[in-house]
Amino acid sequence: MARFDPYENNGGTCVAVAGADYCVVAADTRLSVGYSILSRDHSKIAQLADKCVLASSGFQGDIKALQKALAAKELIYEHNNNKKMSCPAMAQLLSNTLYYKRFFPYYTFNVLAGLDTQGKGCVFTYDAVGSYERTGYSAQGTGSALMMPVLDNQLKSLVLSYCQLRTFNTKLLLVQDAVTPLSESDAVDLVKDVFASATERDIYTGDRLEIVVINSSGTHRECIELRKD
Amino acid sequence: MTGSMDLPAKGGFSFDLCRRNNMLEKNGLKLPGFRKTGTTIVGLVFQDGVVLGADTRATEGPIVADKNCEKIHFMAPNIYCCGAGTAADTEAVTDMVSSQLQLHRYATGRESRVVTALTLLKSHLFRYQGHVSAALVLGGVDCTGPHLHTVYPHGSTDTLPFATMGSGSLAAMSVFESKYKEGLTREEGIQLVSDAICAGIFNDLGSGSNVDVCVITKGKTEYLRNHQLPNPRTYASSKGYSFTKGQTEVLSTKITPLKQKVEVTEGGDAMEE
Repeated sequence: MARFDPYENNGGTCVAVAGADYCVVAADTRLSVGYSILSRDHSKIAQLADKCVLASSGFQGDIKALQKALAAKELIYEHNNNKKMSCPAMAQLLSNTLYYKRFFPYYTFNVLAGLDTQGKGCVFTYDAVGSYERTGYSAQGTGSALMMPVLDNQLKSLVLSYCQLRTFNTKLLLVQDAVTPLSESDAVDLVKDVFASATERDIYTGDRLEIVVINSSGTHRECIELRKD
Repeated sequence: MTGSMDLPAKGGFSFDLCRRNNMLEKNGLKLPGFRKTGTTIVGLVFQDGVVLGADTRATEGPIVADKNCEKIHFMAPNIYCCGAGTAADTEAVTDMVSSQLQLHRYATGRESRVVTALTLLKSHLFRYQGHVSAALVLGGVDCTGPHLHTVYPHGSTDTLPFATMGSGSLAAMSVFESKYKEGLTREEGIQLVSDAICAGIFNDLGSGSNVDVCVITKGKTEYLRNHQLPNPRTYASSKGYSFTKGQTEVLSTKITPLKQKVEVTEGGDAMEE
């Protein structure tokens, strides 16, 4: 008996890296279904607020619906509170929106990123039903398993926790609040390299890489070519 | 006086292990997955012989397992075979038939014929009822002329002037159907095959990386490995990566000596003869 399957994975990978006063968000622009390519030029990054950007991979139908729903809720917030939504506020809103559909989820793997109320870079990473965490960097999508180990190796900082040292004599690796000490250009360079590597081994990642950098002076967009095979 | 001898099974699929496999599966054992090549392979007949082409990507689901594998397999000095489907199956079946052809050449003293390879392949695949997942494009030139065949996993074959197989076959066939004509020259043939493989490489996610070409004519075979490399890496960080000692967190260390340290002392008697 053939049943209607409401979901489809359109592939692709999203990455975000938080810095001291900037945030780098990147996603490839390939849209695929099965073994075919639907588009080589489809953006996965949506600007939700002034300093807040959502990068999503997964089922494109649900991604579009989610972006629409969030934009509407953001507008309502502006009308009610007479101010634009901050990134941490948007993070909570996204989590609630996703959990609202706990029993028929949005098939979306999201990374929300931007600058927080103090102007520091922030990255929030989600699962499909709204569990979220603020981190220093994250990758989601088909190529995420290829990228995260490299990002962990380059960006995770060794923070000696004093109490931990006394009891277990181990070093504590903190991802929380681990805004990278890298400069903006170094972070962009790392993201480009990590995407080029993931493209080599993941068939759903490729074509073009869209990089959005958010800092105090605004939002800057850049594109570089990736392998098209 | 007839002795009784344990002859190996003459034909048909051997069902000996099926019951055990079913029992294992029911008890929760996950059967290992196969690595498929997710491929584009093509062949065409031109005025002097045949040209075969293939991409070089091997996939394990959505991951590229090998970026530059060889899909054009040797069968005989005048016969080559492109393989799509499960990599182990195409490798094994072409190696097996290649050995059988060599033994046959020794027995007959003649150059192998393409139809011989074809018959050996199809009978083997039919015996295994499609479980040997090998889809092949077989091409060569023998004393009866140039030949090109496709072989399907269940054992059926076609004889064609141009053929494509694999997940990228539709992309490649669209190129062939547009541009193929009889009596192509060598350069035209190679160009058309490269174009068809490139169509598969860029439009099919299961195919990628480089173009391999093999040109077979009467008395000469040219295997053009990596004839085209249209997919270089787009970006490489100039900074490089350093892996200093201490970067990987060591949680605990335990050293267990396996053997006693043996001390060698000079002197003593010399060894006897």
